[in-house]
Amino acid sequence: MINRRKTLALAGVTLAASASLVAWAETDGHPYDKLVEMGYPAPQEGELVHVPPTMADLEAADMKPQTKAVIRRGYDLFTNTQQLRGKNVFNDMNCSSCHLGEGRQPFSAPVWPAAVTLPNFRGKNQHVNNLEERIAGCFAYSMNGTPPAYGSDDMLALSAYHQWLAKGAPVYPDQPIYGRGFPSPERTDELSYTNGEQLFADNCAVCHSEDGSGLYQDGEYVFPATWGDGSNNWGAGIVRTYTAAGFIKNNMPLGQPLSLSDQEAWDIAYYMTQQERPQDPRYTGSVDEVLEKFGPTFHKHSSYGQEREVDGHRLADHANWGEKGEEVKPWNVGQPRFEDLDVE
Amino acid sequence: MTSKRILSGLGLLLGAGLAAGQAVALEGDAQRGEEAAGTCVACHQADGSGMNVPGGESWPRLAGLDADYMAKQLHDIKEGSREAPTMMPFVNMLDDQQIADVSAYYSQLPATQGDGGDVDEAVLARGEQLALRGDWDEYIVSCKSCHGPGNQGVGSTFPGIAGQHAGYIENQLHAWQEGRRANDPQNLMGAIAQRMSDEDITAVAAWLATQPATDE
Repeated sequence: MINRRKTLALAGVTLAASASLVAWAETDGHPYDKLVEMGYPAPQEGELVHVPPTMADLEAADMKPQTKAVIRRGYDLFTNTQQLRGKNVFNDMNCSSCHLGEGRQPFSAPVWPAAVTLPNFRGKNQHVNNLEERIAGCFAYSMNGTPPAYGSDDMLALSAYHQWLAKGAPVYPDQPIYGRGFPSPERTDELSYTNGEQLFADNCAVCHSEDGSGLYQDGEYVFPATWGDGSNNWGAGIVRTYTAAGFIKNNMPLGQPLSLSDQEAWDIAYYMTQQERPQDPRYTGSVDEVLEKFGPTFHKHSSYGQEREVDGHRLADHANWGEKGEEVKPWNVGQPRFEDLDVE
Repeated sequence: MTSKRILSGLGLLLGAGLAAGQAVALEGDAQRGEEAAGTCVACHQADGSGMNVPGGESWPRLAGLDADYMAKQLHDIKEGSREAPTMMPFVNMLDDQQIADVSAYYSQLPATQGDGGDVDEAVLARGEQLALRGDWDEYIVSCKSCHGPGNQGVGSTFPGIAGQHAGYIENQLHAWQEGRRANDPQNLMGAIAQRMSDEDITAVAAWLATQPATDE
């Protein structure tokens, strides 16, 4: 019964998104009422509001059993990416460590927008990326690994899961997307490392440990590492202080989103992003070179190469690649595309 | 081995800003605990299996639970952050050392199976969903995200709930909703319990009761 309700809601929302939000608001109940009640912003007129289908909806869907099996495989990889440990993943993360709610959750970087907005130009690598290349980026940076090959079973399954979550949403939408990314709270004037350290101990350490190494039970992952070798490397989106602040504000502590003030979220983010982690795979032996090349598009938002005030430590000035070591190089990093294409 | 667990758990407990740090640091002795547990067996049984009492106050299984977790609960009941009127007279009979001892004793008993999982398949399916995947549309985070693989517990902070009696889990979730229990770190459980319907609570408690408490 619950599933049927969701499917109906989905149809209603998709219609409303392309027509008008007013008409839709008149219908009974709003799929994101709960979020609004919890303090998240309500959808604004003109925003694209999409409720991704669930895995229960998949079982009920009129699709080929083979297709369902591949989407199920994608879901399994997304929520238990550790099964690719040592092959594609060289840290302690799962996709769902950051994309909460199985990649469906607004304000938690839901992943379905990638399926309807790509191929598109991406500032991070300065060329047009499709869905597979975008997912490959997560493997190189957030998972500190190297991606499954384009067109491989694992890559296909992951992209199929993304596309399934986008079911019914318009492709290349003109409207802004409700709950996209990790919207950052308003930047406060001063960021305090020591305040962040204290707040981390008080609010985060029970799950992520004081040393940021996460929490394990009998060697099995429970809570992700917030820094160190078990965490994302220096090239991941969440090393940008504003992205980390947005993640924290909208999602942490688990089950109590929006409970930290903007200042607290920024301070924790500042503290967290000033800890060491595996090197950015774009590093070629010099922090300054990375800053020169990728500062303007990326690292101007991170603490990469900065001197930490408390101890003068220069962040990321090392050749520690984490568990993947020297041998494993993400094959997708630094691969240009369309170099001869005339943009004008 | 028990003492090593207790010491390693201490940092976590203190880090969470919980009281009773000194008492928790006491090393429990399972043999002494067996003698002190004479007062517990009427309800929790000699084998620590407790009892599921439909419609009444169920007595939790203690066998195989984490020792530090149990010691903390006993202290919290004494100090009032966890209301348990039935337990009060018994807890008050235990000093800090005896609390550590009975906790050590019950922790090393083999876990027994939970009761109360004999409900409709649809109810169990909903319970399984909540336990393993949650219901994010209601912002109900899965049990597994904190209670760990198999919902068998993580350290001393997140107790094993798989294989626990349904009646007990149900009662505790209601206790959080009603403010009778507020002894979890940072209200992590309380915040989620608040968003659960009575049906959700029944479903998740029943499904957890059907699950194995350990992999052994």
